[in-house]
Amino acid sequence: MAECHPVGFQWVIEARNRGAKVIHVDPRFTRTSAMANEYVPLRAGTDIAFLGGLINYVLSNEKDFREYLIAYTNAPAILREEFADTEDLDGLFSGFDPETLSYDPETWAYEGAEAAPAAGRRSDIVGDSPPEHSGPDQYGSGGATIGAKPKVDPSLRHPRCVYQVLKRHFSRYTPELVEEVCGVPPEHFRRVAEAITENSGRERTTAFCYSVGWTQHTVGVQYIRTASILQALLGNIGRPGGGILALRGHASIQGSTDIPTLYNILPGYIPMPLAEHELDLDQFVQEDAGQTGFWGNMRAYLVSMLKAWWGAAAAEDNDFCFDYLPRLTGDHGTYQTVLNQISGECKGYFLVGENPAVGSANAKLQRLGMSNLDWLVVRDLQMIESATFWKDGPEIESGELRTEEIGTEVFFLPAAAHTEKEGAFTNTQRLLQWHHKAVEPPGEARSDLWFFYHLGRVIQRKLEGSSEPRDRPLRELVWDYPCEGEIREPSAEAVLAEINGRGPDGPLSMYTQLADDGSTSCGCWIYCGVYADGHNHAANRQPGSEQSWVAPGWAWAWPDNRRILYNRASADPAGRPWSERKRYIWWSDEQRRWVGADKPDFEPTKAPDYTPEPGAKAQDALAGDNPFIMQTDGRAWLFAPAGLLDGPLPTHYEPHESPVANPLYGQGQNPTRQVFDRKYNRYNPPDGVFPYVFTTYRLTEHHTAGGMSRDLPYLSELQPEFFCEVSPELATERELEHLGWATIVSARTAIEARVLVTDRIRPLRMRGRTVHQVGLPYHWGPNGLSTGDAANELLSVVLDPNVHIQEAKAATCDIVPGRRPRGESLQRYVDSYRRRAGIPEEADR
Amino acid sequence: MSSVYRLSGLLADPAGEAGYRDDHPERVGFFTDTSVCIGCKACEVACKEWNLVPEQGLDLLGQSYDNTGALGADSWRHVAFIEQRVPDPSVTSSGTDLGMPGIGAPEQPAAAEEGSGMRWLMSSDVCKHCTHAACLDVCPTGSLFRTEFGTVVVQEDICNGCGYCIPACPYGVIGQREGDGRAWKCTLCYDRLGDGLEPACAKACPTDSIQFGDLDELRERADRRLAELHQDGVGEARLYGRDPDDGVGGDGAFFLLLDEPEVYGLPPDPVVTTRDLPAMWKHAAAAAASVAATVVLSFLGRRR
Amino acid sequence: MGIRRWIASWPVYRQLTGSDPLGRGAAAKSRGSRELSPRTHDADRVVRSICPYCAVGCGQQVYVSNGKVSQIEGDPDSPISRGRLCPKGAASKQLVTSPSRQQRVLYRKPYGTEWEELPLERAMEMIADRVIETRGRTWQEHDARGRRVNRTLGIASLGGATLDNEENYLMKKLYTALGAVQVENQARI
Repeated sequence: MAECHPVGFQWVIEARNRGAKVIHVDPRFTRTSAMANEYVPLRAGTDIAFLGGLINYVLSNEKDFREYLIAYTNAPAILREEFADTEDLDGLFSGFDPETLSYDPETWAYEGAEAAPAAGRRSDIVGDSPPEHSGPDQYGSGGATIGAKPKVDPSLRHPRCVYQVLKRHFSRYTPELVEEVCGVPPEHFRRVAEAITENSGRERTTAFCYSVGWTQHTVGVQYIRTASILQALLGNIGRPGGGILALRGHASIQGSTDIPTLYNILPGYIPMPLAEHELDLDQFVQEDAGQTGFWGNMRAYLVSMLKAWWGAAAAEDNDFCFDYLPRLTGDHGTYQTVLNQISGECKGYFLVGENPAVGSANAKLQRLGMSNLDWLVVRDLQMIESATFWKDGPEIESGELRTEEIGTEVFFLPAAAHTEKEGAFTNTQRLLQWHHKAVEPPGEARSDLWFFYHLGRVIQRKLEGSSEPRDRPLRELVWDYPCEGEIREPSAEAVLAEINGRGPDGPLSMYTQLADDGSTSCGCWIYCGVYADGHNHAANRQPGSEQSWVAPGWAWAWPDNRRILYNRASADPAGRPWSERKRYIWWSDEQRRWVGADKPDFEPTKAPDYTPEPGAKAQDALAGDNPFIMQTDGRAWLFAPAGLLDGPLPTHYEPHESPVANPLYGQGQNPTRQVFDRKYNRYNPPDGVFPYVFTTYRLTEHHTAGGMSRDLPYLSELQPEFFCEVSPELATERELEHLGWATIVSARTAIEARVLVTDRIRPLRMRGRTVHQVGLPYHWGPNGLSTGDAANELLSVVLDPNVHIQEAKAATCDIVPGRRPRGESLQRYVDSYRRRAGIPEEADR
Repeated sequence: MSSVYRLSGLLADPAGEAGYRDDHPERVGFFTDTSVCIGCKACEVACKEWNLVPEQGLDLLGQSYDNTGALGADSWRHVAFIEQRVPDPSVTSSGTDLGMPGIGAPEQPAAAEEGSGMRWLMSSDVCKHCTHAACLDVCPTGSLFRTEFGTVVVQEDICNGCGYCIPACPYGVIGQREGDGRAWKCTLCYDRLGDGLEPACAKACPTDSIQFGDLDELRERADRRLAELHQDGVGEARLYGRDPDDGVGGDGAFFLLLDEPEVYGLPPDPVVTTRDLPAMWKHAAAAAASVAATVVLSFLGRRR
Repeated sequence: MGIRRWIASWPVYRQLTGSDPLGRGAAAKSRGSRELSPRTHDADRVVRSICPYCAVGCGQQVYVSNGKVSQIEGDPDSPISRGRLCPKGAASKQLVTSPSRQQRVLYRKPYGTEWEELPLERAMEMIADRVIETRGRTWQEHDARGRRVNRTLGIASLGGATLDNEENYLMKKLYTALGAVQVENQARI
């Protein structure tokens, strides 16, 4: 956090100075470790074992927050008899189909509750081509649906209640197993376990912060699930000082998910429809929306979005243009797209402030995809590698590609910087913050708002009068924003107003006003209210020093300017604060409403003793003591009866490439991970040829793949070139010299880096075995002032099945002293490694 | 003469001594608390952005994460990184066996303790704005001068690049800029002070490791922080440059360190290099007076 | 300038007649120092902004002089950042004023070996033509199993996560109307 979010880290320092204990768990010793009370090095890719150890510690020592657990989580829910755990099936859950390498989640459901009907209907589209199966993103991010509320045993004694199942599942995650898997000594583990449990409960809370060190794995979603289970057991969710905080790495990466430029969701986490016979709006809503909880209103959210997009053309009698939405048939994520570029199916590509030629896993694959396009549009501030690959990319140097033979037509369009346009970023706390325009963009630089608005306008003009049915969604698209100034910049505030939504009486102020009859329009339901009363609340700037610590007058948080999600859980079931020290939102009997420092993330006047009528729908079906209002049962899920493709509970699997076998099960890796074993994406086998673990990361001085830092002198001089970090022990073993060169090799390619020998990287001892790790900051590429090979060249494409994110944080490699071969000899060099490892040479396919 | 214009020893009001009227502003300075420095180098960049300091070249130095190396004409802030092995990860204090700065490849560890056993010190260095500033004393052009805030500034419109100030500085702060020839160093953002703004580095510093303020107040704050740390068992915490009785009369920019000054590349006992000048001046006093009179006449004569 | 004032402004005179006979302080102050004022002082305007790097979302104040960004600093009012910036945020002025920023549209012909310049308007027309042509050529009304899909797999997009929400919104809206489903973002990476 200190390394990549230094200004956010001021609050950690402040907390530490007031007595908070800071624990840092990371394969490398970072700037954060330097400030921590406890630094825990562990083997990259083993966090589930570490967190699982903590869960086991909590459960076996009964350190859970029992009242919270019984009232607010699904710990008391009873599971089906048919459910079988990884402990029973050597690393698999019940429902696994070895042919499609996927699960049927039916047996994971609660007893007496219907299996998730959405999953049932959708299972027929899993696997366009197993075993490279492409699990569809089945549930958007809206959560899975379950048919009914579970039967519960509040005594937690029923052998099939979630609490007991959880206990059995994690019982083998002992301190000794943690040592064997993670390389963390038991004493060290115990200190962490004690600190966390001593700082949880009524009076205290513990917070977890994570970044892509948790997500970029073939079990990434389950990493977060493990932390969620731990935090729910300890009662640390929905309370001040608690939670699991994703420290996102880009100014509006949260906004890019909320209003997604992602294939599988529509704005506000509404799933994109899948290809199904005769799917209409009602059927879609019925299958995807939970009947209970706030997702029960999904039809209103979706119809309002369709009205924002197709206006008058969207009417009751045409399903509000629901058919204008294209349909998914599997994984259409960025890595699948690259494979489609190589196969020739995908012909045109827009890169908008993104640099996959050095920034995505297996960078060569990316460049090969781009080399096989008909056309490519690159919009950026600087001349990035993704714009120049045809001229000076690594394949030109190696002779694999020739400029004259690359048919891709490339358009480079200069982009406007943040100071040259206005709009909102959504930060990592879900705060929409408006940035105003300071100056005009230089030359032909334009905002992306300008580019897409005018591109749409030109396309609409060119299609005027077309009678093709496929052109109707374009011709009828509401695409008319006021433009300003000499360059005709569209008004970002007008777009924000459309996102916010309108009703018969003007701008809407709250998503509960959305209707499913076409009388309201709203581009993104969770952002409804940001433009309430026609005022841009994202631009609110009441100084922090002039308001409460929650600072509601600064910017605007979705939803409804609530700063802590699920904050009803900060009070006990009767609505009283768990403790005076930790009070946040509570029920006021006098006012008959929830009051406190924040807006309640709950219906403001729903009393704690409210009990739903049988058959109630949406939020009405949730009781006054069900804080988790987006869940169908209003509870935090320790066990996920639906919604995940790789199991209802997290389980330690080894990374796809690992030097060790899974000590827990015969099943080594996540069985449902997405594997693409093919030319240009070969994997390292678990033998001695690639004996070391490597992990990639950032440095404070640079930004992601370097597009916004490697061209700046003041940042480049602070970290002037690519380097790798190794321990003194590994340096001795491989004769690596401090500041000398090293070549790092995987089955994909070989790269070179200057060597930093440092104690900050430690060999890990795992019950007699030593594992060495190599650290690789991934900021570099050949262009710019500060240059070097891209660490992403080394990585393969192998993905988490739920969200299709690549495993960038743990893989294997070899490292040897000296610079890498150049030109054609680089290919021969890597081929020799492949031969030794028994991998087909590239020429063989 | 030496009793009024002192070049060493206790001196409460260097600005007053340099001729500013009694209503001159309070002396200001930096207190850099390295116990909360995260080594982000925001200070280095903010300084360069504000003062338009040129890039100093791209060199991987291998001194941990430090690629700036030292203070100089093009680096007015410099963050040092020191990697140390410590015996026990759960005890932050040790005070013994910490060795010298971790420059270059670390020594091969003796049987490493289990756990981390690692300490990474970071500290943002800067011009000390000494109470007795030798750079200023030796400057023949009057380019280096004491401001009304008690700080020491090179005036770029005066400096002729003679370079006398460079060896005079006991901390090695000042450098001569290539291609320009003039001496450059931290001005404590003299231009910003005049407008009531804090220096760029202190404003940017994410964790408030660099604190700007009235020196007296900063010294009190530092004493409190030191006491706190000692109470928390961080016995090796110490203040550096805070003492008005030291060899430079106390620094306008002083530090809370977690190890010996040498570990951070700071001289353990800096002394103003012009300490002995007053004695020499006594002998030269009469000559100096007559020369001064001659100078006035000759200048006036030339003007006509 | 009268002779008296001229002499009075003369450092050696000031040194010998003032309170700073050694010429180390008040008397040594140069004209430049006397007239010194921070460049933010005379800025034409100060614009509130947000740092474009990580997702902490630090407040920025952008100083503009003569239509150019003259300084970017932290916004002390932000309850998130309290006026502070990291090295990247502190380098924002260099980011937006970088001389190596591209300012013209560049075009590379298929199989071409060099960039060529292309007017922006013409580039927009050409890109729109490519989109329409590729879309038409790769349009799928039904997939291989006869299910209606109404889409093209011929066009894809990958966006960075420094896009404004409003930009993402127009992108998703336009791409969806085009039937392009391979719309992706750094958020998945």
